[in-house]
Amino acid sequence: MVLKTETFILNAGPQHPSTHGVFRMRFTLDGEVIQDVEPVFGYLHRGIEKLAEGLTYPQDIVFTDRLDYLASMTNNQAYVVAVEKLAGIEVPERAEYLRVIMAELMRISSHLMAVGFLLNDIGAFLTPLLYMYREREKILDLYDMVCGQRLTYNYMRIGGVSQDIPEEFLPALQRLIDSLPRFIKEYEQLLEFNEILLMRTKNVGTLSKEAAINFSAAGPVLRGSGVKWDIRKADPYSVYNRFNFEVPVGVKGDVYDRYRVRIEEMHQSINIIKQAVAQLPQGEIMAKVSRVLKPAKGEAYGHIEGPKGELGFYIVSDGSANPYRLHIRPPSLINLTALRELVIGTKIADAMAIFGSIDICVGEVDR
Amino acid sequence: MTTAVIATEIVMKLEAAFPGSVVESSGDTIVVKDELLFKVASFLKNTPGLNFDYLNFVTAVDYQTHFEVIYNLISLDRNHGLTLKTRLTDREKPVLPSVYSLWKGSDFQEREIFDLFGISFAGHPNLKRIFLWDGFQGYPLRKDFKQ
Repeated sequence: MVLKTETFILNAGPQHPSTHGVFRMRFTLDGEVIQDVEPVFGYLHRGIEKLAEGLTYPQDIVFTDRLDYLASMTNNQAYVVAVEKLAGIEVPERAEYLRVIMAELMRISSHLMAVGFLLNDIGAFLTPLLYMYREREKILDLYDMVCGQRLTYNYMRIGGVSQDIPEEFLPALQRLIDSLPRFIKEYEQLLEFNEILLMRTKNVGTLSKEAAINFSAAGPVLRGSGVKWDIRKADPYSVYNRFNFEVPVGVKGDVYDRYRVRIEEMHQSINIIKQAVAQLPQGEIMAKVSRVLKPAKGEAYGHIEGPKGELGFYIVSDGSANPYRLHIRPPSLINLTALRELVIGTKIADAMAIFGSIDICVGEVDR
Repeated sequence: MTTAVIATEIVMKLEAAFPGSVVESSGDTIVVKDELLFKVASFLKNTPGLNFDYLNFVTAVDYQTHFEVIYNLISLDRNHGLTLKTRLTDREKPVLPSVYSLWKGSDFQEREIFDLFGISFAGHPNLKRIFLWDGFQGYPLRKDFKQ
């Protein structure tokens, strides 16, 4: 006799501890096995691309802070890089170095959150996450020092940065980068040889190299699948061609590989910060940019390697002080495209691990 | 270093394969006829030497006289990039072929363009609004949208 089961629908979210924001997954389940999933989002859609058309170029920086609110600094950077490309503005060297330092700190902070929430989702409840918060706090303190903000920085401006670093910044940064590698190692030791963690992450949610490329995955999701692609190397912006660093890649493309890539990238970021501090030149922090910026008619696409993947801004100018059209290439949204393929056929508990390993921020998905 | 491919070389190849497909080109940008978009995209993806295997992003711009849909393509192994564009003059029922069967990464992005610009993508497996709710009237990113 063949037993038949009926499929049923399960909603996870929009308010659910594992969805990290207002995000909903509509599962079609056969027992515990997922037959289909439909991600439903838009709860946080604020229409930033439309709002941006009504404001001037410098004013739009403020909106970029509200995209991926766990990595506002790199959002600022991607936007100003695009506007500078559009208007042909040269950024002073010191400002470029400060941008690199801030962006790499942001990458560490964002990856700490990604790893912490992933562990939280797969059962290492709160303890690792709170350790990650401890380190992130020190990074936020540094940001507080340079721009007085902990989340929405508005620090990078068109042509440079809003203010130079205060005297106490570099010693504090030095203390942080001296202690961070030890802490990250400590987490690795606590977690890496934990059998539960390994069983929950190895061979779960495997994304092949070809599929990762076809799904336009970016950042740690793409690199976790073994594709050595990093905008900092492939199309060096700012002063990244002056630093030595590795691009870590995974082998299988499972949850574990994506987790590993993030851990390795934190070490690489520390490495870059050390070199940037050593090379930090004196000088101006702001280029001469007219108060009312009116780029010539045309279009430009500026992109950077954000913590979650390629973050780019496609801007069309009609010669006025407001962008005619501003499009954001959101790594969170595009990485999500692969979710459906990854979770079909897995158990519902694994879906949470897979979802956590993609690392999205709903502010950037919905914009 | 991502090198922008020389559009003129690709234009020559395209003109040889699909005569009359290219409307204009400059720098790293090629504008093609909308009815030939899918064939051109498929050609760019599958021709050895071009290998545009990665669809970086898709978006649209409303120029009031026409819509422009922009495909930013990259070849990861050859490290070169190209901006492929097409124009649609129909404001009532603009339709383009979906490139989902070539690059699955276009899934949510085509839905986004449908949601905010009202451009349909024929052949998309699940074309419906993505951010706004189903009963929403109008397409907010169009320039003539009134709240």
